[in-house]
Amino acid sequence: MTDTMIDKITTYRSAQPAGRDGFAQLLRAEWTKFRSVRGWVVAAAVAAVLMILFGILVGNGSHSSVATPEHPEGIVGHPYIPIGPGGEAVTDSFYFVHQPLDGDGSITARITSLTGGVLSGPAGPAGPGAQAPALTAGAVQPWTKAGLIIKANTSQGSAYAAIMVTGAHGVRMQYNYTGDIAGPAWTVSTASPQWLRLTRAGDTISGYASSDGTTWTKVGTARLNGLPTSVSTGMFATSPGQSTFTQNFGGGRGIGSPTVASATFDSINLLGGSSSTAWTGTRIGDAGAPESFDASAGKYTVVGSGDIAPGNGDGSGSGIEHTLTGTFATLTLMVVLGVLFISTEYRRGLIRTSMTASPRRGRILAAKAIVIGAVTFVTGLIGAMITIPISEHFLRANGNFIAPITGLTEVRIVAGTAALLAIAAVLALAIGTIMRRSAGAVAAVIVLVVLPYILGTAGVLSAGASQWLLRIFPAAAFAIQQTIPAYHQVDGTYIPSQGYYPLAPWAGFAVLCAWAAIALGVAIYLLRRRDA
Amino acid sequence: MEATIDVTGLHKRFGSTTALDGMTFTVAPGQVTGFVGPNGAGKSTTMRVILGLDAQDEGIALISGQPYRRLRHPLHHVGALLDAAALHPARSGRNHLLWQAHSQGLSARRVDEVLGHTGMESAARRKAGGYSLGMRQRLGIAGALLGDPPVLMLDEPFNGLDPEGIVWMRGFLRELAAEGRAVLVSSHLMSELQDTAGHLVVVGRGKVVADTSVADLIATASGDRVTVRTSARTEAMTVLARAGATVTVSDRDTLTVTGLPSERVVALLGDAAVPFSEISAHRATLEAAYMELTRDAVEFRAATTEETAR
Repeated sequence: MTDTMIDKITTYRSAQPAGRDGFAQLLRAEWTKFRSVRGWVVAAAVAAVLMILFGILVGNGSHSSVATPEHPEGIVGHPYIPIGPGGEAVTDSFYFVHQPLDGDGSITARITSLTGGVLSGPAGPAGPGAQAPALTAGAVQPWTKAGLIIKANTSQGSAYAAIMVTGAHGVRMQYNYTGDIAGPAWTVSTASPQWLRLTRAGDTISGYASSDGTTWTKVGTARLNGLPTSVSTGMFATSPGQSTFTQNFGGGRGIGSPTVASATFDSINLLGGSSSTAWTGTRIGDAGAPESFDASAGKYTVVGSGDIAPGNGDGSGSGIEHTLTGTFATLTLMVVLGVLFISTEYRRGLIRTSMTASPRRGRILAAKAIVIGAVTFVTGLIGAMITIPISEHFLRANGNFIAPITGLTEVRIVAGTAALLAIAAVLALAIGTIMRRSAGAVAAVIVLVVLPYILGTAGVLSAGASQWLLRIFPAAAFAIQQTIPAYHQVDGTYIPSQGYYPLAPWAGFAVLCAWAAIALGVAIYLLRRRDA
Repeated sequence: MEATIDVTGLHKRFGSTTALDGMTFTVAPGQVTGFVGPNGAGKSTTMRVILGLDAQDEGIALISGQPYRRLRHPLHHVGALLDAAALHPARSGRNHLLWQAHSQGLSARRVDEVLGHTGMESAARRKAGGYSLGMRQRLGIAGALLGDPPVLMLDEPFNGLDPEGIVWMRGFLRELAAEGRAVLVSSHLMSELQDTAGHLVVVGRGKVVADTSVADLIATASGDRVTVRTSARTEAMTVLARAGATVTVSDRDTLTVTGLPSERVVALLGDAAVPFSEISAHRATLEAAYMELTRDAVEFRAATTEETAR
């Protein structure tokens, strides 16, 4: 029987009910595409496992030990690192000449000189058998500090507010380690002494400065919540270690040595409920340099070393994000996957099948972006959530210090790592769409996304070049993993190879998002315009 | 709305090459329409334009009265097989259909149905990379049938099929057309469409050369010639010429007769008692008719190539 024998043609009508045609169906189709290629699913799993393996390597490979009088050869552990009222690791080493202050009151003093000295010889806390370092007079450090302080107690990390003169940053009011308010840009010398004052009213402490003792300038106010009624107040001096870190093509070099500050005070006036009148000198912390206090004829000379500042002094190697070093390996695999998710369709001619099933082409790319983004996000999330506790366990077992972070910061680095991977995969998908060829697009994505991260953080380029790479390339988004911020009031080595990114976490992430948005825009434009 | 494919005045250039040069035809429901022409005649380009994959420079292509890009659940309106090799080698045939089904809101059950129709159940869960070309064609047909569409468009579905597969495909296409679907099947070999297509759209150089039923095409090409082998040449010529035929001598004992059907020739010679040893009606094959039609197109292209070379 042939068709020609049909007399009257009745158009075919399907008995099958029409299915739903919406974006959800397209998403489901793209998910089916992804999960039905076993190699892709395996690659995503391997990507997560790589992150975990790198985390274990980092945890296993980092060891810390400290020498104690009982164990001069060193035992597993790290030096005591105080935690500030804000929960962050802080440096709290200085020489404190103090009296108790009960309730409200004020302290005023004139500071007539601030000089410095550098300790030559081995740095660090003096252990048995260490050579006695020699102190030589030298210039004050820019952040050498001396002035007046109100502190909850004499233990490291306790709440405080202080008014001070500095080596090169004028008068400052600082509080609770992270707070810093700039005052007049005065410097101290015998010819131009400066007056400082702190007043306490409840939890509020105000700092004032004056160059003549009569006309006062208010520098700032700090609120120290929960400050006990009875606090310690008095004079302090401290000076951070002198360190220089130079980084050039091929590597970096750091040298450091402790310094001391010597400050002379007079005209001390302490008003308020004080139960004692004698000044006590206490060494807070140990910065590895000799500290002292000398009083004669109403003049007090305080010699101190260290810093009262955020961060654990060396500012390196203690952020929890080091456990996520394997992110770059996960990134590499997931961006390759992002490219292949579309470029294999071009290679096989499948893109025509896709576009026949969904003639609205922008929606295809949108569905693909959501699927590869979600797959990558989940991969990154699982990877990071497993990696951090495992690696942290190894790090702690090996005596390493890990700077404490808030729960919110932890959520930010875990979700941020997942989001960084997801958006990078979407960027790769867009590049794959633009270029259409797997090999070229994979190469382009590696050069654009992975290479700048490696170059920028491996310490092979100069610090300036590294910072520019991590400002303009998608790898800027790695800033989202940075847990310890760079503080302007601490002269640290704030370079990418030390874990400090040039952009703030969300700003860095926004750079990646901008790249992905532009690439997706170009991809959709080309997808609509080109013949398939 | 009647299930049709309507193509009107399609023009398309790729750089300096004219791919479509006023392509115009209609595919009616209820029969298989063969879309034939030499390689490069514009068959695949036309199909891509119909599916909204390539944008035409001019002209209109409609599926049941609507441009493809305007269709919602397009696979319910038209099923297409453009390239049977368009598969991810690591994805199973079943999953290849499953994602297409999901894109139209169809279930896995429908996938298993079309796999059954095309005899692909046993291989469906294997990786498509290991499929023979014949299996790929069957899978492609299954994909085209997913939405149970009234219009089907298949590009070279006979490619790579073994003789058994060709027989199956012919029967299958006829069945689909008999259900009232409009079926457009392209091929560069007319012989593949013999006994399958009821209508033919013959194309060359990006436009339609002939748009005709298969029966008409064969009749035109055959030209009513009858060959007579006889020992009595002169008598036979006289009898036939008197009956109004044009008779030419082609050999010592062979005549070629035009203007009379073969039955009439037999009757006339019998009545006049003219002896003859053989009478044969010359009937052109579809292939020969097609060759005649497309010869111009091929020659023209050769000439154009020379011109361009110059």
